[in-house]
Amino acid sequence: MPNAFQPPLPEEKASQLARLAEGLDAPALQWISGYLAGLAAQLGGEPARPQAAAPAPAAEPRNRLTVLYGSQTGNAKRLAETLARRAEAAGLPVRLLRADAYPQRELKDERLLYLVISTQGDGDPPDDARGLVEFLASRRAPRLGALKYAVLGLGDSSYPQFCAVARRLDERLAELGGKPLFGRGEADLDLDSVARPWLEQALGQAREALARTGGATLATVTPLRAARPAWSREHPFAAEVLANQRITGRGSERHVRHLELSLEGSGLNYQPGDALGVWPRQAPALVEAVLAAFGLDGDTPVERDGERLPLATWLGERRELTRLTRPFLAAHAERSGAAELHAALAPEGRDRLARLLADWQLLDLARAHPAAWDAEALVAALRPLTPRLYSIASSPKAVGEEAHLTVADIDYRRDGEPRWGTASRYLVEREEGEAVPVFVEANERFRLPADPGRDIVMIGPGTGVAPFRAFVQERAAIGAGGRNWLLFGNPHFRTDFLYQLEWQQALKQGTLHRLDLAFSRDQAGKVYVQQRLRERGRELYDWLQQGAHLYVCGDAARMAPDVHAALRYVAAEHGGLDGAAAENWLGQLIQQGRYVRDVY
Amino acid sequence: MNHDKPLDPIEALKARSRLLRGSLAEGLADPVTASISEDDNKLLKFHGSYQQDDRDLRDERRRQKLEPAWQFMVRARLPGGVVTPAQWLAFDRLAREYANGTLRLTTRQTFQLHGVIKWRLKATIAAINAALADTLAACGDVNRNVVASANPVPTRAHEEVYAWAARLSEHLLPKTRAYHELWLDGEQVGGGEAESEPLYGATYLPRKFKIGIAVPPTNDVDVFAQDLGFVAILEGGRLAGFDVATGGGMGATQGDPSTYPRLGSVLGFVPPGRLLQVAEAVIALQRDRGDRSDRRHARLKYTIDRMGLAAFKAELEQRLGFALEPARPYAFAHNGDRYGWLESHDGRWHLTLQVEAGRLADTPGRSLLSGLRAIAQVHEGDFRLTCNQNLIVANVAPEQRAAIDALVAAHGLDGYRRHSGIRRHALACVALPTCGLAMAEAERYLPALLDKAEALLARHGLREAPILLRVSGCPNGCSRPYLGEIALVGRAPGRYDLRLGADFSGQRLNVPYRQNVDEAAILAELDALFARYAAEREDGEGFGDFLLRQDIVPAARGRTAETLEA
Repeated sequence: MPNAFQPPLPEEKASQLARLAEGLDAPALQWISGYLAGLAAQLGGEPARPQAAAPAPAAEPRNRLTVLYGSQTGNAKRLAETLARRAEAAGLPVRLLRADAYPQRELKDERLLYLVISTQGDGDPPDDARGLVEFLASRRAPRLGALKYAVLGLGDSSYPQFCAVARRLDERLAELGGKPLFGRGEADLDLDSVARPWLEQALGQAREALARTGGATLATVTPLRAARPAWSREHPFAAEVLANQRITGRGSERHVRHLELSLEGSGLNYQPGDALGVWPRQAPALVEAVLAAFGLDGDTPVERDGERLPLATWLGERRELTRLTRPFLAAHAERSGAAELHAALAPEGRDRLARLLADWQLLDLARAHPAAWDAEALVAALRPLTPRLYSIASSPKAVGEEAHLTVADIDYRRDGEPRWGTASRYLVEREEGEAVPVFVEANERFRLPADPGRDIVMIGPGTGVAPFRAFVQERAAIGAGGRNWLLFGNPHFRTDFLYQLEWQQALKQGTLHRLDLAFSRDQAGKVYVQQRLRERGRELYDWLQQGAHLYVCGDAARMAPDVHAALRYVAAEHGGLDGAAAENWLGQLIQQGRYVRDVY
Repeated sequence: MNHDKPLDPIEALKARSRLLRGSLAEGLADPVTASISEDDNKLLKFHGSYQQDDRDLRDERRRQKLEPAWQFMVRARLPGGVVTPAQWLAFDRLAREYANGTLRLTTRQTFQLHGVIKWRLKATIAAINAALADTLAACGDVNRNVVASANPVPTRAHEEVYAWAARLSEHLLPKTRAYHELWLDGEQVGGGEAESEPLYGATYLPRKFKIGIAVPPTNDVDVFAQDLGFVAILEGGRLAGFDVATGGGMGATQGDPSTYPRLGSVLGFVPPGRLLQVAEAVIALQRDRGDRSDRRHARLKYTIDRMGLAAFKAELEQRLGFALEPARPYAFAHNGDRYGWLESHDGRWHLTLQVEAGRLADTPGRSLLSGLRAIAQVHEGDFRLTCNQNLIVANVAPEQRAAIDALVAAHGLDGYRRHSGIRRHALACVALPTCGLAMAEAERYLPALLDKAEALLARHGLREAPILLRVSGCPNGCSRPYLGEIALVGRAPGRYDLRLGADFSGQRLNVPYRQNVDEAAILAELDALFARYAAEREDGEGFGDFLLRQDIVPAARGRTAETLEA
C-alpha cells in the first residue's frame, strides 16, 4: 500500500483521493500536491502534518454498512447499486465501493460488509477485484473478529468453477473470524431468482444489525450517484436507427454490422468505454418454432409478476430462448425423463453439460427431448430476458447525439435450420427509421487516461475493436498528445478488416500512431494479436514503462488469457521479470488502472 | 519538343526513382493496405504489373468502410508469344493459386494474370521467372513485348522472324537491377555506378513503345498499329530483310482532336543484320525528341507528325550513319488467324484454336483452362499466343494429332469449328471490372453482343461472312478498335461510339459513324447495313470495303498506311 500513515481525512475523502491519484504519473501528482498546498496556504493553515490516527469520521465503521462489488460485465455493480440505494432509501448509513477503490486497511474495522462479486471464466475474479481477492488471501489479511458479512456470488453454472470466487471469499472471511449473517447467494445467468431474495434478506439483516448498534438514524455518508437520467435500464430510450450497414466484405464468414443510433433529445450521455444496453425481442419465427416444439398456443394468457400477457408475448419479449440455464435443463430433464439429460446433469457429466449448454438452444432441447410443459410453468422456468450490452463504438465529441455499435451477427445452422443470437439478430434486422430500446451502462473501469498526454495501447480483435473506435475518435477530438497504438485481428484482411478506411485515415492524420494487424487465415499458420504483442514486445514494454495504459476488449475465453500470457512473456523477455515478478508487474498495472479489460 | 511547357510530373518521378525502385519495397510491405501509392504504381508498370481494383465492388466496399478490392494485373514478357508446355503449366498454376482462376491471352501475345493480391505479387513474379519467363518491361515507358506473326510456322523464314523478335526484346530490355532486387531477392545494387541505362537513360522513354514483325500475307500483328513495325520481306522463301514502318498507334483521348489513331509509315528497307541498330536508333530518337510535357502527345506518332516524316527519316538516317534502302513490295491478305490444323515445312502440325476475348477459364459446360492444362501435360511441341487473342498448339507430331483433337473436343475448345464468321474474328479488351480506364463493358459484353449480331447476320444470310468486330471499353485501344470493320469504343456504361469502315488486313482505319449510342441504336444501324451488304456486295468484297465503295463511310485522308517515297 502506498499510504504508510493514516491521512487526516474522512474516509470517503481518503477514498476519493485514492481514486483521484490512481494511475497518475509523478509530475501530475506533484502538480496536485502543489495545487493543494496552495489552497491550504489560502486558508491560512499550517503545513500538513502526519497524524497517527484519523479524526472521528462522520459515521464510525460500526455504524455503517459497506457494500463492495467486483464486476466484469456490470451485473454485480448493478445489484450492489440497487442494494445500496435501497439501504439508503431505508435510512441506513451505507457506502458503496468498487473493490479496487476500497481502502483495504479499513477492513479490520468493518462491522457490516456485503460483498457482491462475479466469477469469470475458470474461477477468476473480475479485474476490478483482483487486488482485494489477493489481499484477503494473503498473510496480510487482518483478523475480522467484529465483522458480520454476507456474500452474493454471480456466475454461469455451465462453467465448472461456478461462483468460485464468491465461495472462496466467503470461506476466507469466515476463516479470518468474520460471522456470516446469512447464507451465500449463488446467482446463475437468471440473476433475479437468487439475487432478489438475497437482496431482501440483506436489507432486513442490515436494518437489524445497524439498529442494534444504534447507527440506523445517522445521515448518509456517501453520495451514491449523480441525478439519475430520465432513461434507464428499466425505462429504456427508443433510439432511432440511423444506419445499419454490413462492414464485412463479400465472401466473409463473419457478419458484422455497424449500427448508428440516434440519442437525440434523450439527454443520454456516455463516455468512450461505456456500453449501450439493448433490450432485444425474439425473432417471431423463433417464437413460432418454440411454440410448435412445445405444442403450446401463443394466445394462452399467462399471469406472472403482476402482468397478464399472451404466452407468445412472454416468449417474444420477456424470456430468453437462445440461452439455456442449468436449472431449466434440470426441470426439463425431470419432465422428459431423458437419460441423456440426467447423465449430463450428474457430477461426472460436467463436460457434456458444458457442451450442451454452449451448443444448444431451447428449440434444440425441446426437439431432441420432448417434454410436456404448460404455458405457466414454461414462463416460470425460463430465464427472464436480459438486455445485452454493446461497447459503444463512437465518441459523442465526434458523432454528437448518436451512439454507434459494432454488432457481430451470430448466425449458424443446426440441422438445416437457422439459429441466431437474440440481440444480434434483433439488431441486424432493424431497418433505418425503426426504434431500438436502449440505455447507457457506464463502464467506469474502461476509461481513457485522465491525462491526455498518456500513451494508450488498444488490443481489440474482432468486434473488440468497437470501444477503440470511440477512443481514437475522442482523442482526435480533444487533440490528445499521447500516442495511440491499436492491435487488431480477424480471419481475413480483404473482408474482415473492420473500419479499415477509418484506421487508414487516422494513420494519415496522425490520430492513430501504430496499427499492428493479425489476420489469422491469410497464411498457412494462424496468427493472432497476441503473437504481434510478442513480436513488438520491446516497444510494448517501453510504452508501458513510460506510463502507457493498456486496454483489452473482445473474447474472454481464449483471446484475453492468451494476451495476458503474451504480456507475461513480454515482461520476462524485455523486463527481465520472472514468473511471479511478471505477474506482480501486471497486477500493479491492473491496480493502477493501466491494464483494463472489457471481455465477454 | 516544346521546351516552354513543364515536364509531366512522371518525368521527375522516373528521374528520382533510382532506376525504377521508388518506394516499391516499402509499399509492398505495408500491411495496412493492399494497395501501393500512385507513384509506385507508375513505376511498377515497368516491372510488368499494375494496380487495379474490382470496380464491381468499389461502391459496396466504400459503404462497408473497406478500401477498394485492390489487386494487381501481372503481364508476362513472351517475345513472339512462344510458350513451352512447362511454362504453360506454371502460368496455369499461378492463375489458379494466385490469381482469379483465369488466364488472359492479350493482343500483344502474352499472358495476363488478374486479381493477384499484393501479398502474393512477389511470389507470382518470382514463379514466372522460375519458369524461365519474366515480366520486365511488359508495361511502362519502355519497349514492350515484341510481337511477331504467330500464324503457324509454315516456313523457315517464320522461325527466323521469331528469333529476331526474341533478340529485339532482349536487346531493348532495361538494364536496371531493380527488378532482380525487388522480386528475385537479388542483391541490392542501389542505383550506384555499376548500374546504368545506356539506351533509355534515367527517365526511360516519354511513353510506351511497341514493336511488331509481320510475315506477309498475314498481318496478324497489325504491323501498322505498332510504333515500330517490321514487314518481313521473303524472297525465294528466304528472309531478305524488313520494310520499316514507324509511327503507328491506336490510342486517342475522347474529345481531344489533337489525339488520333495513326497507321505506321513505311520508311524503307533494312537487311536483317541492321535490324537491332535501326530499332535502337528509332528508340533513341524518340527518347530525345518525344514530348515529355504532355503524355497524350508523347507517342512516336506525334513526334513524327510534329517533325514531318521526311525530317524524321533524315534524322534517323543521320543517327544510323547510313540510308535506308527503298521499301520493297509486300502484300497483306488479312489480319486474322487461320483456324484448324496446318502443316509446316518440317512435316509438323499446328492447331489454331479460337479463344473468345482471350479468356481461358473453366465455366459451366466449358473447361478451357483445364483443357489446355491437360494438353500441356501431354504436348511435346510448344504453344503460340496470337495477337488476335487466340492460341496455337504448335509443333505437333502427326501421330499426336488425334490425342490433341480429343482433348480439344472434350473441353469445349473446338469453338472455331462451329463459330460464325463474326465470332471467329472478334476482339475485346478486358475493361470492367478490373481495368481502371474502362468507361463501358467490353470482354464481358462481347458474348451477348455477338449473339445479337449473329441473329441479325443470320437473317441476312451472312452467318459465315468474316467480319472484323472489335470492342473496346475506352478510346485507348488495347483491342485495336480503330482497325475493326465494325468497332464499338466505350463512352459510358452501355454507350459506345460506333465506328465503321476499316479493311480486313489492318491497312485502313475506320471512322466514327454514330457517337455515344446504346445497343438498340447500334443493332438498328447494323441491321440496315447488313441488309445492304447482303444485297449489294461484290464477290469476295469485305464489309469495310463495301461501306467505303458505297460511300456509307468516307475515305478520309491519311487513314491508310502510307509509304514514304524515297
